[in-house]
Amino acid sequence: MLRINIILKYLRILFQFWSTSLSIELEYKLNLFVEILSTIGNLAGSLFVLSMFYTADNTLGGWPWHSSLIILGFYTLIESFTISFLQPNLSRIVKQVQNGTLDFVLLKPVNSQLWLSFRTFSPYGLPSLIVGIILIYIGLVKGNYYVNELSLIISFVMFICGLIILYSLWFLIASTSIWFVKIWNANEVLRSVLISGRYPISAYPLALRPILTFLLPVAFLTTVPAQALLGIAPFSLMMVGVTIAIVFFVFSINFWKYALKFYTSASS
Amino acid sequence: MPVIRVKDLSKEYLVADKQPGLIGTFRHFFSREYTSIKAVESIGFNIDRGEIVGFIGPNGAGKTTTLKMLCGLIHPTSGVVNVSGNIPSLRKYKFLKDITLVMGQKQQLIWDLPPIDSLKVNAAVYGIPDKEASYRIQELALMLDLKEELNRPVRKLSLGQRMKAELLASLLHRPSILFLDEPTLGLDVNSQLRVRDFLYNYNQKYQATIILTSHYMADITSLCKRILVIDKGQLFYDGPLAKLTQQFSPSRLVRLEFNEQINFSLLKHYGKIIKQDNYSVKLLINRNDLPQKINNLLNNFSIRDLEIADPPIEEIISKIYSNKIE
Repeated sequence: MLRINIILKYLRILFQFWSTSLSIELEYKLNLFVEILSTIGNLAGSLFVLSMFYTADNTLGGWPWHSSLIILGFYTLIESFTISFLQPNLSRIVKQVQNGTLDFVLLKPVNSQLWLSFRTFSPYGLPSLIVGIILIYIGLVKGNYYVNELSLIISFVMFICGLIILYSLWFLIASTSIWFVKIWNANEVLRSVLISGRYPISAYPLALRPILTFLLPVAFLTTVPAQALLGIAPFSLMMVGVTIAIVFFVFSINFWKYALKFYTSASS
Repeated sequence: MPVIRVKDLSKEYLVADKQPGLIGTFRHFFSREYTSIKAVESIGFNIDRGEIVGFIGPNGAGKTTTLKMLCGLIHPTSGVVNVSGNIPSLRKYKFLKDITLVMGQKQQLIWDLPPIDSLKVNAAVYGIPDKEASYRIQELALMLDLKEELNRPVRKLSLGQRMKAELLASLLHRPSILFLDEPTLGLDVNSQLRVRDFLYNYNQKYQATIILTSHYMADITSLCKRILVIDKGQLFYDGPLAKLTQQFSPSRLVRLEFNEQINFSLLKHYGKIIKQDNYSVKLLINRNDLPQKINNLLNNFSIRDLEIADPPIEEIISKIYSNKIE
């Protein structure tokens, strides 16, 4: 009963958070228009690049065109999450530490990590969400893959794990701003790492693959969910993915609590 | 039973020193030398429920650091803080729902939207039901004299209107302990007065405890019966405002108006001339000699009007800060 109350409370908070951030976007009509244009342009660009790859050679790291589309689909879904949540929220943490408005967040009776991670919602991630789903669907249909409910569920779970891994990494870097105040555009670093997830991990040189799997777990963002969907993901690899997700997430929570002990609050 | 208890509270910061210039910058980058700075040094006081306490001191004295320790934003280096039975730095939700921090130079309102949107967010955050929230908004808006401003984007509001809206947002959850850091900063005299009146009314209505820092002494004199003076991180004075005046300024301010133009050099024997005009003068006269000197003045000059008051609190305070106590 108490749990339900807490969930309802947070749902109401999130509703307020996201409806205000939508209103902010709508305040500036021209900006809204430009943003929508740039989102469409971006998507067209990445499709074009992928199609160029496959006109020359018909497989990429052992992945045929259709299954690569599925990976690109997952990549686009990750992009959508990044654009809607990670980018607008986590890059703001640095700003809030810098000018001290983090004070207001810390004094509210809400989980501060939740507030900082989901305060704003940018609608510009929505087109990517739709395109991502369409890409996966096209890949499945054109490649004549048969997907049963179980692999759909497993793939979804693995995808959520991927999101958690990416989120935790990003949040960890952002929270170091408590000490360093201005951290070198962590944003950009992670984005460039993320781009490597556009293509199957097996398309990369052998030496890079362990790094992309374990050190920067890019493999779990796109390749593993795609494999899970096609029913070809090794069980052990999926278990590793789930474990990494849990460990990273728990670590990010505790690291944030630890970091706050060192918060000095920008002077007035 | 005090609602705020502070004992031996200290806060030290490590600050990296940087030499000027490019060489200094490189040196700073590779090997930093840290100096520990005592922002607050073993201060202690108790505050009862319903008190309005003024917290004054020069810039960098440690006022804001102390306030931030009281509301749990920064962890003390040593010492004990207890606010309404809670340890602030744990930031328990029960504690956070009972306090508020208003900072004159930082704002929580969403810049691009009308205040009402920020208020709705706060209502959700504090778990205030919609009906109750709109009732409270109406009530506080009335006390603050805010009307259609609540529906205008914050960026279009004047500084005074914004501060009032900021107060509304900070008090929506009806906290019983208010930490106010320069709440009247940059406001014109009228808006200052409004904010002051509002704080007084809020205190009376909800028996709220208020700790207030301000560089405008008028805020302090009109609201606070008790003041804490802090300088270089140490508590310098804790007591009634009136006693501070007596303790640190043995003189009183006498304003005289004459019927005719007079030779001001004749007045030098009576006290220190602060300001002189054609027909009037302001003198500082020692408390002990006051009756005698006034008597002489009345006998020797043709006086139209006479007024005796305490010297302005600003002068006393600045005297205390510069340690030049008479």
